Amino acid sequence: MLTVNRYKCCYCGACVGVCPTCALELVETWLEVSAECKECSLCTKICPVGALEVKA
Amino acid sequence: MAAKTAAELGLYVVLVEKRQEIGEPIRCAEGVSQRSELRELITVQPDWISTEVNGVRLHSPNNDNVSMTVDNREEVGGYILERKTFDRGLALQAACAGAEVLVKTRATGLIRKDDLCTVSVICQGESLQIEAPLIIGADGVESKVARWAGIDTRLKPEDIMVCAQYLVLDDCIDQEYCEFFFGNRMAPGGYVWIFPKGGRLANVGIGIQGSQSCPGEPIRLLDRFMQRRMPRAKILQIVAGGIPTSGPMNNTTSDGIMLVGDAAHQSDPLTGGGIINAMRAGVMAGQTAGKAISSGDVSTAGLKEYEDRWRSSIGKQIEKRYNAKNFFLKLTDDDLNHLAGSLHGMDISRMDMRDLLWFLFKQNPKLLWNLGVLNLIDKL
Ligand SMILES: Cc1cc2nc3c(=O)[nH]c(=O)nc-3n(C[C@H](O)[C@H](O)[C@H](O)COP(=O)(O)OP(=O)(O)OC[C@H]3O[C@@H](n4cnc5c(N)ncnc54)[C@H](O)[C@@H]3O)c2cc1C
Ligand code: SF4
Ligand code: SF4
Repeated sequence: MLTVNRYKCCYCGACVGVCPTCALELVETWLEVSAECKECSLCTKICPVGALEVKA
Repeated sequence: MAAKTAAELGLYVVLVEKRQEIGEPIRCAEGVSQRSELRELITVQPDWISTEVNGVRLHSPNNDNVSMTVDNREEVGGYILERKTFDRGLALQAACAGAEVLVKTRATGLIRKDDLCTVSVICQGESLQIEAPLIIGADGVESKVARWAGIDTRLKPEDIMVCAQYLVLDDCIDQEYCEFFFGNRMAPGGYVWIFPKGGRLANVGIGIQGSQSCPGEPIRLLDRFMQRRMPRAKILQIVAGGIPTSGPMNNTTSDGIMLVGDAAHQSDPLTGGGIINAMRAGVMAGQTAGKAISSGDVSTAGLKEYEDRWRSSIGKQIEKRYNAKNFFLKLTDDDLNHLAGSLHGMDISRMDMRDLLWFLFKQNPKLLWNLGVLNLIDKL
C-alpha cells in the first residue's frame, strides 16, 4: 500500500505528474491516493522530501 | 496570461484555480534571466520584483568559478520575482480584463460532447458544471486536463527535474549574482542554485534528474550543501517541486482543448526555467482562442495556429535545450572541471550556447569529440 507521510509532504505535485495510472490527486495540501494505484513505487523515487513509501 | 489575453479579446473567460490563494505556496526559484523578456510580455509592477541581478556565476565541481556579468545593461540582467504577488497580479489583470476568477475550485473531470466541453469542478465544496466551447489547460506539472483529453503527459523519471529549495537568511549571499553549482555528487544530472532575493535573503535550491533520484534525495543533498556552504543560514521557507524537462510534447491540442505551460512541458529542459515560456504560450493560446471562437472552429484543426506558433518558437528552443541537456548529462565531474578551467578569464556573457560549445571544442577537442559535441552543435 502507498502511504503518504503528511508531516513531510510539501504538496508540490511532482508525484502526481509521474504516476502512470493517474492515481494521485493533490487537493490543496492533501494528497489523495486512489484505488488505481498499482504500487509501482515511481512516485516514491520522485518525491523530493521522501514523503511516500510503498509498504507491504 | 491566457485568461488575460482571451478576456482582452472580448471572450467570456472563467479562470479556475484549485488553491484558495493564487500563487501560494510557491513552487519556484523565481528567476527570470532577462528583464526584457518579461517586459515584452507585461508591464512589470514594482511589487512583483524581489531584486534585480546583473549576472550569473557558474561553479564547477572543484569550485573554480566562471562569471558572466551583464555590465548593468538594463535590458539584459535578470529579475528575481516575488511569485506570490506576481501570480496574483497576473490573475488580477485577467480579472480587470473581464475574466471571472474562481478560487478554491478544482477541476475534477471533462467531457466533450456536441462541440461543447463540460468541466466538472468542486467550488468550495459545491459540485458545479461549467460549459465552454474551449478549455485551456494551464494546470502545471500535475496536469489532469491533458489526460482527460486523451493527451499523454505522464512524465518519465528522466523527464522531470525534482527540486527542493529553502528561502534563507544569510550574510554571505552575493546580491548581485545568481549562482549555479555543478557536480554529479552534489546534484546528479542537475545543479544547486542561489538566487538572491534582496536584503540578506536568497532562494537556495537543488534540482536533480528524476531518474537519478531516490526518496528524499533532493532535500538531503540540499541540506548537505547548506551545511558546507552556509552553515549559519536561517531557513524561512521550504519549497519542493518537479519541473518537466522532456522537451516538446508531440501534441498539445485536441478538439476544444489547448495545453499551456508546464502542462504542455514547455519549460526549459536544461535550466528548468518555465515562467517566460508559460507566459508566452499563454498569450499565443489566448490569441488563438479569440480567433477560433469567432470563426466557430475550435476543432484540433481550428487550434492548429497555436500548435504551430509555439512549436516554431518555444518548441524549437526547448528541443535544442533538450539535446544540450542530454549532452551535459554525459559529462563527469573531471570533464566539468576541465571545461571550466578553459573558460577562465573569458567573457562568455555575449556567447550563445553554440558559440560557447565551439569555443570549448577548440580548447578541448579530444574530450568533446569523444562526447559527440559536433553532433550537438549541428542541432543547435
Ligand atoms: C523548485 C522550482 C524552481 C523553479 N525555478 C524557476 C525559475 O527560477 N525560473 C523559471 O522561469 N521557472 C522556474 N520553475 C518553473 C516554473 O515554476 C514553472 O515552469 C511555471 O510556474 C509554470 O507555470 P504554469 O502556469 O504552467 O504552472 P503552475 O505555475 O504550476 O500553475 C498551475 C496552476 O494550476 C492549478 N491547478 C492544477 N490542477 C488544477 C485543477 N485540477 N483544478 C484547478 N486548478 C488546478 C495549480 O494549483 C496551479 O496554481 C521552477 C519550478 C520549481 C518546481
Ligand atoms: S512529491 Fe512528495 S512532497 Fe510532493 S506532493 Fe508528492 S508526496 Fe508531497
Ligand atoms: S505507486 Fe505507482 S501507481 Fe501508485 S501512486 Fe505511486 S506512481 Fe502511481
